[in-house]
Amino acid sequence: MNELMIEASGLTKAYGEVEVLAGVDLRVEQGSIFSLLGPNGAGKTTTVRILSTLIQPDGGRAMVAGHDVIAERHAVRRRISLTGQYAAVDDTQTGEENLRMMGRLCRMSGTQARRRAADLLERFDLTEAGRRRVATYSGGMRRRLDLAASLVGQPSVIFLDEPTTGLDPRSRQAMWDVITELVGSGVTIFLTTQYLDEADRLADRVAVLDGGRLVAEGSPAQLKARVAQQRLDMVFRDRPAFDAGARALGGRAVTTDTERLRIGVPTDGSAGQVRTLLDEIDPERLRVERFTVHTATLDDVFLALTGHAATQSDESEESDKESVNV
Amino acid sequence: MSESAIAVLPTSAASRPVSTVNDSLTMAARCLRLSRRNIEALMTSLTLPVMLMLLFVYLFGGAIDTGTKYVTYVVPGVVLLCAGFGSAQTAVSVTQDMAGGIVDRFRSMDIGGSAVLGGHVVASVVRNFASTILVFGVAFLIGFRPHASALDWLGVVGVLLVFVVAFSWLATAIGVLAKSPEAASGFTFLMMFLPYPSSAFVPVNTMPSWIHGFARHQPTTPVIETIRGLLLGTPVGSSWWQALAWCAGILAVSVGLATVLFQRRTA
Repeated sequence: MNELMIEASGLTKAYGEVEVLAGVDLRVEQGSIFSLLGPNGAGKTTTVRILSTLIQPDGGRAMVAGHDVIAERHAVRRRISLTGQYAAVDDTQTGEENLRMMGRLCRMSGTQARRRAADLLERFDLTEAGRRRVATYSGGMRRRLDLAASLVGQPSVIFLDEPTTGLDPRSRQAMWDVITELVGSGVTIFLTTQYLDEADRLADRVAVLDGGRLVAEGSPAQLKARVAQQRLDMVFRDRPAFDAGARALGGRAVTTDTERLRIGVPTDGSAGQVRTLLDEIDPERLRVERFTVHTATLDDVFLALTGHAATQSDESEESDKESVNV
Repeated sequence: MSESAIAVLPTSAASRPVSTVNDSLTMAARCLRLSRRNIEALMTSLTLPVMLMLLFVYLFGGAIDTGTKYVTYVVPGVVLLCAGFGSAQTAVSVTQDMAGGIVDRFRSMDIGGSAVLGGHVVASVVRNFASTILVFGVAFLIGFRPHASALDWLGVVGVLLVFVVAFSWLATAIGVLAKSPEAASGFTFLMMFLPYPSSAFVPVNTMPSWIHGFARHQPTTPVIETIRGLLLGTPVGSSWWQALAWCAGILAVSVGLATVLFQRRTA
């Protein structure tokens, strides 16, 4: 087992009457990507702010890069970087000026800062944009610059708070590539996300946070193994057919989407079982219009663990992407 | 100002006060670059005091009898109005920083509140230096003729510097407190009007008597009287120490308030 870069136990935090964290334990190995997954308001940002020394927990303790986040916060700050939900770059400075400023704040000389800025712009595919003011950047470029700015000081632990929220699919993919590449250089990444496919795609380990408590932790594969391996999604011809299908399936349905007339059922994915299921639900072969079979996603895991969907609106969006991918 | 104009040693071993000063200078360079590119605010802070001076001298000045040429009487007031207004604009830029994510980034980099806020104050001093020179330049063009020695001028610069630092810190505290840049700009508005009920534009004894108490004892009056005295050779009297006392008091309260509020707002 590698050295632990983040080790937290019993973290609690409340704002007035509202309990945001109710005893969170975390262990993150060096060189890994750890994802804290949860819906809005689960306590993800609070956890990141505690671990990155910006706020103090009410109870519990945390070590980051070998230092206590309260007693040795200055030492922690020299080893970490934080990229929050709102891009922390100046719109009226150019990309290059933003990075050079960060270099100066990391105690580099003017020449060192300039060289570091040029390197990072190239690495994040921003060399041409580097001379333009950030106000002219697209959302994806701004996030990449923001991430680049957080890397100026060569941190060992990188905190990313919802790095792709609000990005279009292409920019999201570009961020994922950058994050994956970062880990190759030995840094440890702690990222929060409300996108289940993001955690699935990037993380070595995932912890599911719900209402200030961890409800599960493991590799994406382990978590998915806690629910059925495969899921059969059926799209019904019309509303009466959908209702009849829902009645026939009863409690076996793991997802129902009335609007899209779609129902998901766990299955082992074998042809035999899928055929039996379809025959059972639609003996006349009139009700089910289409079906897809796919590996269970973290959506299913989340639903199974917490009894509610991760996010209402995202749930259906995520499912859309999956059926395209089948 | 380019960043290379400031020599920073590549020191990880630098002591905390030294790195706070270096960080403040880097932050000040940032603030100046941002304000240079905020064309609207820049134009306002440069042209408004000059416009006001022209307004007072040419439109109102003929009707106002101060015993001297009106331009001579009014320049210290305009200079102070300009400095107060310029300092107050710090509130808006501080609020903009507080509202964005950049303060979190700086804090996670171990750049403390004193460097972030101090950078704004240093930038404010530089901005005010530029706009004050402009006001004096235009004043000379329209016939302002002070009788001041080099030492008197040094005194004027000193008093203005203390005033700008104190009020920039006050603006910084307001900027940390304000929830939106619009709210912070309310303070700019207040500072625009504070010099009116003072000896800046007309002698206090021409005002209604109920306002004399305020006009004589509000902070800008002794500062204006000190500058006027130094520039025109009239007796400064007790104005100078009253001016310094006001500024020192405002500075102490504001630095404390800004620091505490910064910690509270970012916690």
